[in-house]
Amino acid sequence: MRKIFDFHGGIHPPENKHQSLQGSIRDAGIPPELVLPLSQHIGTPASPVVAVGERVLAGQLIAEAPGFVSVPLHAPTSGTVAAIEDRLIAHPSGLPAPCIVIATDGLDEWVEQRAPGTGYRELAPGDLLALIRNAGIAGMGGAGFPTAVKLATRPDSKVQTLIINGTECEPYITADDILMRERPGRIIEGVNILRHLLSPSETLIGVEDNKPQAIAALRAAAAGSSIEIVTFPTKYPSGGEKQLIEILTGRQVPSGGLPLDVGVICQNVGSVVAIQDAVLFGRPLVSRITTVTGEAVDKPGNYEVLLGTPMSYLLTQAGYQPDRAQRLIMGGPMMGFTVPDANVPIVKTSNCLLAPGLTELSAPTPAQACIRCGMCAQVCPASLLPQQMFWFAQGKEYEKLEQQNLFDCIECGACSWACPSNIPLVQYYRASKAEILQLRREHTRAEQSRLRFEARQERMEREEAARTAKRAARKQAAEQRAQAAAAGGAGDEDPIQAAIDRAKAKKAAQQAGTGGTTSEREKLEKTVLTTRARLETATAKLQQAQAEGSDLADALQLGVDKTRAKLETAEQALQALLESDSPAPVTPADPAAAAIARAQAARDAGATSSPADKARSQLEGLEQRLEKTRDRLAASRNNGDEDKIVEALESTVVRLEEKVSAAREDLKAAGDT
Amino acid sequence: MALLRVTSPHAHGPASTPRVMQKVLLATVPGIIALTHFFGFGILVNLVWACIVALACEALALALRRRPIGFYLRDCSALVTATLLAVALPPYSPWWLIAVGVACAILLAKHLYGGLGYNPFNPAMAGYVILLISFPVQMTAWAPPRGLGQLPGFMEALQACFWPPGYDGVTMATPLDLMKQNTGLLMTDLYAQTPQFGRWAGLGWEWVNIAFLAGGAWLLYQRIFTWHAPLAMLASLTLFAAIFYDGGSSASGGSPLFHLLSGATMFGAFFIVTDPVTSAVSVRGRLVYGAMIGALVYIIRVRGNYPDAVAFAVLIMNFAAPFIDNYTRPRTYGHKAGG
Ligand code: SF4
Ligand code: SF4
Repeated sequence: MRKIFDFHGGIHPPENKHQSLQGSIRDAGIPPELVLPLSQHIGTPASPVVAVGERVLAGQLIAEAPGFVSVPLHAPTSGTVAAIEDRLIAHPSGLPAPCIVIATDGLDEWVEQRAPGTGYRELAPGDLLALIRNAGIAGMGGAGFPTAVKLATRPDSKVQTLIINGTECEPYITADDILMRERPGRIIEGVNILRHLLSPSETLIGVEDNKPQAIAALRAAAAGSSIEIVTFPTKYPSGGEKQLIEILTGRQVPSGGLPLDVGVICQNVGSVVAIQDAVLFGRPLVSRITTVTGEAVDKPGNYEVLLGTPMSYLLTQAGYQPDRAQRLIMGGPMMGFTVPDANVPIVKTSNCLLAPGLTELSAPTPAQACIRCGMCAQVCPASLLPQQMFWFAQGKEYEKLEQQNLFDCIECGACSWACPSNIPLVQYYRASKAEILQLRREHTRAEQSRLRFEARQERMEREEAARTAKRAARKQAAEQRAQAAAAGGAGDEDPIQAAIDRAKAKKAAQQAGTGGTTSEREKLEKTVLTTRARLETATAKLQQAQAEGSDLADALQLGVDKTRAKLETAEQALQALLESDSPAPVTPADPAAAAIARAQAARDAGATSSPADKARSQLEGLEQRLEKTRDRLAASRNNGDEDKIVEALESTVVRLEEKVSAAREDLKAAGDT
Repeated sequence: MALLRVTSPHAHGPASTPRVMQKVLLATVPGIIALTHFFGFGILVNLVWACIVALACEALALALRRRPIGFYLRDCSALVTATLLAVALPPYSPWWLIAVGVACAILLAKHLYGGLGYNPFNPAMAGYVILLISFPVQMTAWAPPRGLGQLPGFMEALQACFWPPGYDGVTMATPLDLMKQNTGLLMTDLYAQTPQFGRWAGLGWEWVNIAFLAGGAWLLYQRIFTWHAPLAMLASLTLFAAIFYDGGSSASGGSPLFHLLSGATMFGAFFIVTDPVTSAVSVRGRLVYGAMIGALVYIIRVRGNYPDAVAFAVLIMNFAAPFIDNYTRPRTYGHKAGG
């Protein structure tokens, strides 16, 4: 017998598993519509590769993984893409998220499936991993971490123990149990693929001792192999990855580390079967086994469900009685979350759909005072002191909370379950975690903008220095020119041509500039619009939650604040862009035409008068212009206009100053002659 | 119908604070029966009167603090405080003594600090010590146990409480007093010559202690508290008594068994030291907390000025509990020791 270890704490809630273990796995069928969220996993959401109206076949790629920590998405059955839009999904926040909606055609036509089959042994590890990644597999035990990422070991790290998690410690859920009972052969095949990929020194399948049938089935299927089925006493949350690793190996995953740090890779039995499907049959992950149970359904059991199936469809199959239900829980009673609406879809991580009867689960009762009884600390599998964390969470003492290792809390809910005063402890920890993360983000952002500010300051100083140098150089040049002019008579450049050229260049530049910014403006405007819409929905939700007194209000409040901040930034950016787009201080209707007219007038005037008169009128004109530009510059500075504008005005002033002094020289020269 | 939106966990265990308090109350029954048997109805009068005053004070405090009175009264914590104080007071105490003690416990020691869960000191023991310091005469006037004198009847007990001038009871030194005052007698002689001593400890007292031990054992079996603090206290008290028990000379301070079955030892170990609010919280912390109380009890009993010491020892350690907590944090999963 292998030595097994115990972990600290844990509880023994009523199991309530027999209800859903009455029959075997049933097929839930093809619903008329499938709603596939682009993000059913942890990481970057998938990006669609199909268009609305396109016909898709079962198993066809409909969204690809844009990054390493992401998984692609496949059509679960054949049909037409009806929409790509935001829909309500099963997420604790209760907010809508982008989904691909498929109107099914009931034919269930598959794309041609190509697979290496048992030839996978010839594949390089990288190719095998790619196969798993392309099948869209994400952890099916609940968290939904991309499986291929979890399996991608560094070359220098040795996998000592491969652990297959068949614990399923949470009450009510039997999806893994039934899978182990009915498909043990596929599990073992999948495990063999993983063993080939990882070459671990030992392979263990951990199952709680309350599943004797599953244990027997696995033992029979694994007979003759070195895969070991290890059983241990039932206790919640022994199925937590960290807890299971401790039970089977006695090792603890370091805080903030990965199982691989202690030589372990952990996979859920559901994911193992999905891997087997992908490698042997080329079947991507398009369906899963979901437990439907609770007193509000007449036919509790396990269903093979196409991903994207609306819950309401599945519930109907299971004989749901809405008048008997008071809430719908995605997941189990300990860690599951309530869904806002019965139409949200089943996703890759939906292991259970719990529809408890009106009195089945304790109604939220008002919390009493914490009597520091320590029950919570006794049951905490992370060996935390929940009552101390509760104390600090109430006082929003975030530093102390982090000292208490708040982030090692796995949110298992054991403390809340055991607390005699009914304090919703986990809720406090979740909210505090969210707030601390938010503060950290803000801190980084502040730090970044400080750096940006300093960089800008430096750049401006540098530019100022460069400008001064240039000015000095120009002045010198002007003086030289003046001397040259004085020496060689009147300048021979044509002022009209020069003005025309200048104005044309300016106009061209402006048009180019406007053209460039228009698209950006559109983008910004769109952002503002969508963000505003999102803010409105979120606010409405928040109000509803507050009205209902739901304890999600805190989380929603956070979301609303964030969205509002985003909206403000977007609006400001748009405002800034619009302002810089219309350079108010400078332009008359058509600057080029006006400049030509002015220059012509000047020339006409100049042509009929003596060189001295000409020089004088030129000087006067220039002086006027200089005066005007100076005023404008001062106004601009006062208004705190954009740097660009101020700088442009500054350089104009400098240029005019030079011209004025040149004109003075001219006049002097003309007067002299 | 709108679906309920609540966060996990959706299930809750069987434990509830009112039920915990009710079980504690139930567990005091054997001790109360033993006390009544040996000291008469005075204990019951104490108890009923203390409960009435406690509920009134609690309701008043909740009203002043604008809390829902019914909801918080139902947690039974006021009744527990009243009961624990009532059994610690001498039987046949006057009504005002009990009222002052209970009022101090509930209003000062509990609500002034923010109510249940926020009080640093055990309310019953705080009330007891305030009385002991303010009214030492009344507080040390214990009636003789059954067998050493005529026990007052029920009417006399009522009279003693509510019309004290009309009652003239006999009082007698307790075994702990005698032990402290003993200067010349060997232990064996002391037991033989003094009628207040029984087989192992004081006459009657030994059975009262055994009864409280029984109640405590039941609570332990019910997992109302863990064994760490009470057993650590009893162990350290035994250890100290054993170290200084030199075979029973007049300066020996009493045998370990004498200390275990005297005064408020068992009552303290299972009903006071286990008070969750004012003790240390972690397992190691509770061991330290209990052991230090045991040591203090012995030192104060043998060397101090007061005959019994549980109340003082507990209050002193109530002070220390936050520090103990700070130094005995359990090692979080995945952290190195000390993290
Ligand atoms: S279980 Fe509840 S009442 Fe007991 S110490 Fe923990 S938080 Fe406080
Ligand atoms: S939810 Fe967190 S604090 Fe509570 S028992 Fe689980 S790990 Fe411990």
